[in-house]
Amino acid sequence: MSKSDPNAPRRLALISSKGTLDWAYPPFILATAGAAMGWEVGIFFTFFGLTLLKPKLTAAVSPLGNPAMPMKMPFGPEGFQNINWAMPNMLMANVPGFESVATNLMKQTFKNKGVATVEEMRDMAVEMDVRLIGCQMTMDVFGFKKEDFIPEAEIGGAATFLEYASDADVQLFI
Amino acid sequence: MTDVIKEDQVLDCSGMLCPIPVVKTSKAMKLLETGQVLKMISTDPGAPPDMEAWSRQTGNELLRSMQEDGKFVFFFRKK
Repeated sequence: MSKSDPNAPRRLALISSKGTLDWAYPPFILATAGAAMGWEVGIFFTFFGLTLLKPKLTAAVSPLGNPAMPMKMPFGPEGFQNINWAMPNMLMANVPGFESVATNLMKQTFKNKGVATVEEMRDMAVEMDVRLIGCQMTMDVFGFKKEDFIPEAEIGGAATFLEYASDADVQLFI
Repeated sequence: MTDVIKEDQVLDCSGMLCPIPVVKTSKAMKLLETGQVLKMISTDPGAPPDMEAWSRQTGNELLRSMQEDGKFVFFFRKK
C-alpha cells in the first residue's frame, strides 16, 4: 500500500482498453519501465485490451481510422525507408489483405529499429512481477474464460482496479 | 582530464530502444553488490534523460554520463 506506507515503492496503475498493435505497446512499455525503476505495476485489461492476455498475440494495426499513421517501407536504402507513403482511405478500404500488409510493415519496421515485440514486452512484464488483471465483466460479454489467457493473468472487476489505483502514484487509461 | 572509473560489469544495449535499456540495466544491477559499478552503453538518443530518471527513481547513483564514439556511456554505482 504505497501511500499508507512511506517506505513502500511507488505504484503505477494502468488500464489497457484497446487490442490493436499500436495500442498494445504503450501499456507494456510503461509497465516494464516502471517495474525497472522499482515501482509496483498493475495493468487492468478491459474491452479489446483483453485480447492482449491471450497466449498467442494476434494484435494487428489498421491504417483505417488512423489517418496520421505513417506508412513506411522496412527495406531498401534509408531515403526510401523514410518516405511516408500516402494511402487514401478509399484504396485501403477496398484492397483485401491491406491490414495484414500494414501490420507486417509496422512489425518489420519496429524490428529493424530495435523495438521488442509485444510478446517479448509482455514476457518481460511477467518476469518483473507486473500484475496483469483481466476484467471479469468484459470477459463474460466477449465469452472469454480464464483458461483462454496466460496463466499469470488474474481476474478482477472495477472495484479491484479502483482499490489498487486509489493507492497508486500514477494512473493512466490507455 | 577526468578520473577513470573502473567498472565491475559492462552492459551493451547498442541497437536497443526504449524501454529495453532501462529494463536491462535494472536486471544487470540486481546481480551486482552494493558499491559495485555498472557501465552501460546505448545508442538510443532517448537514453540520457531516461537513465537519469531511472537513477533518481532507484537511488543507484549516476557517476558519469558521456558520449564515446557516437554512443552514450553511463556509469552507475549500485545502491
